[in-house]
Amino acid sequence: MNIGHDLLVLAPELILAIGAMAALMVGAFRGDKATGLISALIVLLMVIAGVVTVVAEPATAFNGAFVVDAFSRFTKVLILGSAALCIVMAHNFFEKEKMVHFEMPILIGLATLGMLLMVSASSFIALYLGMELQSLALYVLAAFNRDSVRSTEAGLKYFVLGALSSGMMLYGISLIYGFTGTTEFAGVAQVIAASGTGIGLIFGLVFLIAGLAFKISAVPFHMWAPDVYEGAPTPITAFFTTAAKVAALALMIRAVMIPFAPALGEYRQIIVVVSVLSMWLGAVAAIGQENIKRLMAYSSIGHMGYALLGLAAGTQEGVKGMLIYIAFYAVTNIGAFVCIQAMRRDGEAVENISDLAGLVRTRPGYAYALAAIMWSLAGLPPLAGIVAKVYVFLAAMHSGLAIPAVLGVLASCVGAYYYLRVAKVMLFDEPAKPLDAGYGGRGMGTILAFSTAFTVLLIVVPWALVAPAAAAAQALLP
Amino acid sequence: MNHLLSLITFFPLVGVIFILVTRGSEAVRATSARWVALAVTLINAALTIYMWSQFQGSTSAFQFVERAEWFGAGTGITYHVGVDGISMLFVVLTGLLMPFTILASWDSVKTRVPEYMIAFLALETLMVGVFTALDIFLFYVFFEGGLIPMFLIIGVWGGKRRVYASFKFFLYTLLGSLFMLLAMLWIYFTAGTADVETIIETVHFPVQAQYFLWFAFFASFAVKMPMWPVHTWLPDAHVEAPTAGSVILAAILLKMGGYGFLRFSLPMFASASEAFAPFIFVLSIIAIIYTSFVALAQEDMKKLIAYSSVAHMGFVTMGIFTLTQQGVEGGVFQMLSHGVVSAALFLCVGVIYDRMHTREIAAYGGLVNRMPLYAAFFMVFTLANIGLPGTSGFIGEFLTLLGAFHVETWVAIFAATGVVLSATYMLYLYWRVIFGDLVKPALQTIKDLSLREAAILAPLVVATIVMGVYPKFVFDITGTSVAHLIKQYHTAVAYDAGAVPTSVKLAERAP
Repeated sequence: MNIGHDLLVLAPELILAIGAMAALMVGAFRGDKATGLISALIVLLMVIAGVVTVVAEPATAFNGAFVVDAFSRFTKVLILGSAALCIVMAHNFFEKEKMVHFEMPILIGLATLGMLLMVSASSFIALYLGMELQSLALYVLAAFNRDSVRSTEAGLKYFVLGALSSGMMLYGISLIYGFTGTTEFAGVAQVIAASGTGIGLIFGLVFLIAGLAFKISAVPFHMWAPDVYEGAPTPITAFFTTAAKVAALALMIRAVMIPFAPALGEYRQIIVVVSVLSMWLGAVAAIGQENIKRLMAYSSIGHMGYALLGLAAGTQEGVKGMLIYIAFYAVTNIGAFVCIQAMRRDGEAVENISDLAGLVRTRPGYAYALAAIMWSLAGLPPLAGIVAKVYVFLAAMHSGLAIPAVLGVLASCVGAYYYLRVAKVMLFDEPAKPLDAGYGGRGMGTILAFSTAFTVLLIVVPWALVAPAAAAAQALLP
Repeated sequence: MNHLLSLITFFPLVGVIFILVTRGSEAVRATSARWVALAVTLINAALTIYMWSQFQGSTSAFQFVERAEWFGAGTGITYHVGVDGISMLFVVLTGLLMPFTILASWDSVKTRVPEYMIAFLALETLMVGVFTALDIFLFYVFFEGGLIPMFLIIGVWGGKRRVYASFKFFLYTLLGSLFMLLAMLWIYFTAGTADVETIIETVHFPVQAQYFLWFAFFASFAVKMPMWPVHTWLPDAHVEAPTAGSVILAAILLKMGGYGFLRFSLPMFASASEAFAPFIFVLSIIAIIYTSFVALAQEDMKKLIAYSSVAHMGFVTMGIFTLTQQGVEGGVFQMLSHGVVSAALFLCVGVIYDRMHTREIAAYGGLVNRMPLYAAFFMVFTLANIGLPGTSGFIGEFLTLLGAFHVETWVAIFAATGVVLSATYMLYLYWRVIFGDLVKPALQTIKDLSLREAAILAPLVVATIVMGVYPKFVFDITGTSVAHLIKQYHTAVAYDAGAVPTSVKLAERAP
């Protein structure tokens, strides 16, 4: 073991960690005036970390507790990309809201660092450390608008329930450790393959999945999501639904599929139930929502259900489907939240779906971009969502999960209704009072254009996403 | 390499881009959008005619075939297009009808014209794609992709209950298609390829699996067709859609279901098709008789024609599932004929709707006195819809009935009553709208067809009559491919009936 080598493997994380601490110093001495500089610095660090991630060779560090492979590369690029875009969004948002504090980009940077550690973690201890770093930063971010009751409520709720889930997970990890004698993923797999799963190990598995399901807001651990997503500042919600979801799902893939690979039959039944319930709750509960951020929260619950179908499949194909799904979901959601953040009237942020009425008359580009994003989330061809849905359903069907797949397509038909309703309000209804011009700041239009282009053009070049996802899945489950 | 089909498919998107980049006042953009859309659809119509002239009717092989990588090497999902005798004429029908729909909306659509034209051009791409796709996922993308533009056409430019109708149309069709998607996924990983030709020729599904797959595809095609009892979205969609939307819906979108049965259900799930043929016959007969009676009771012209479409599609499904040369060719012919005739009927309704802004039959009467030319045109299409000999409607109904007679006499007997019923409701409609004295004050000043309207309807009259008296030009194209399809079907059924293990691939069988 060579500490120099290990630190080199950790280069992207170190860049971000040292950079964030340096930025903290800058902020401490120069105050809120330096927020713009710090935001730019963190974004730059994320870009550098992204480049380093892409060029890095597969390796392991710290006795196998930390893994760099094609799987971690794929998810890290997604996390870094969406985190950087969220910083741009957040910078614009807080400037408009006159709430500029230098801690914001640093907290996003530290949360991102936690996420990077999560997706590379290959032992339960590393996993837990990464996840707590991420969670603590996210709790603060949720309550960032500290003068708003909703935002502080969101932060508190997230913190209490998040701590509970961390506790459950830790308890599960301790059971797993107790019954296998190791915290290494590969080691656990060996023990299970050799001596099978006992009731204690199953308990550990259940607690682990419960904790992870909380992080991705899957039913029945979803209750916090609508409140937190509604209460948190919009760009922070975007961060929750993109980077945080990518990280938590990627973590879930690695922490369930690798150690419990020999116990596929055991965890599959749990995941199938969680997945189907999430799809249905997401589809049904979103119908009555008037607030678009709450709608996106339920939509997020539903999408986690679809992604989990890939995990339930438990195959390389399933991992591929999940990766394609979260990539699609993250990129599309960034665009959706740019649109939501751009919903301002007379300088005030508005959040009701009815505020979008007749948007197409005044802002056709905006309206059609958001409509395309909604249709894509609904999974309608020829937009991006169908590619993602095809791959998760393919994996599920191939693993014999035909009934969950049928329930899934039924849910997606129900869910299509509320996505269509947003499109209908914008495109068919009589105009409401027009929204403010622009997309709410510099770079926002570009982010939306990027997200929309992905939504529309993925079907033309699907291999651009499918091939790296396939490589990542192969690296994880050869 | 020949790129004609891709050109026909994607050329309308050039028009879309053109309309998008046009700048100027609203009036300027509207005018330029109309002209661009007309020019693009006319060029596409010319391209489809060129394709027709190059098409070899003597072979059942796919022609103008193109292949390209799509989902990446090794996935088996490719961009693969081509036409055979069954699909080629649907492409031509689409290409030729599009300029009419653009012309029909020339004056009647006044709001958001550029978006309207973009929706129609995008829809043309997707519709042509459905008929040319030879990869199941490519087919699915085109098949489902048409929902969004049609949703907009009904929802934005439709009538009073447009929102309800557009949602109903959308969710109904989506639900059916999602089952088809699951079946396609099953086919894909079982066969290891998504290529339609390869699957039909080399892969054989166990009979038990065929039943499930057949039903999944049926769920999608039956809704699209639409077959009784899942037809209820159609009258709503038709009534609320603008005229050109109804034309496209009736003439092209309804044909996708029948085409799907021919392209997928029959050759891929032959034994299931055989087993479920009586089921289809029963549904077809109910559709023919029941919806004809429903049509008889309608007060709204568009609704009446919509129900008559359901009845006519009943003949198509009946003909297709007889699996005889006459029946299948009759089904294809009926679809093409209905494409022309129902399009023309909706255009005829559109003509008087533009003048009076009502589709209530009771609001009209005695139009022949002020609109003799219109009455003449309308009569031709009425008679064609009835299936009078000499019009295109006759050939399709006659052949499907003939096919049914070969297979099950009672099916033909019941279906034949539909011919009588269609005469009843169409003549009753014609009588109430056209004949009698012109007593309604609002109608006193109604004008006969304008030059533009006459120019739209005249070619359709010609098409109706030519197809009626010289159907050979259609059968020259469809004949070989249909014969090949039936042969494939019988081979597969015989294979399933044999003692050989059923999951073996056809290609591995001794010749």
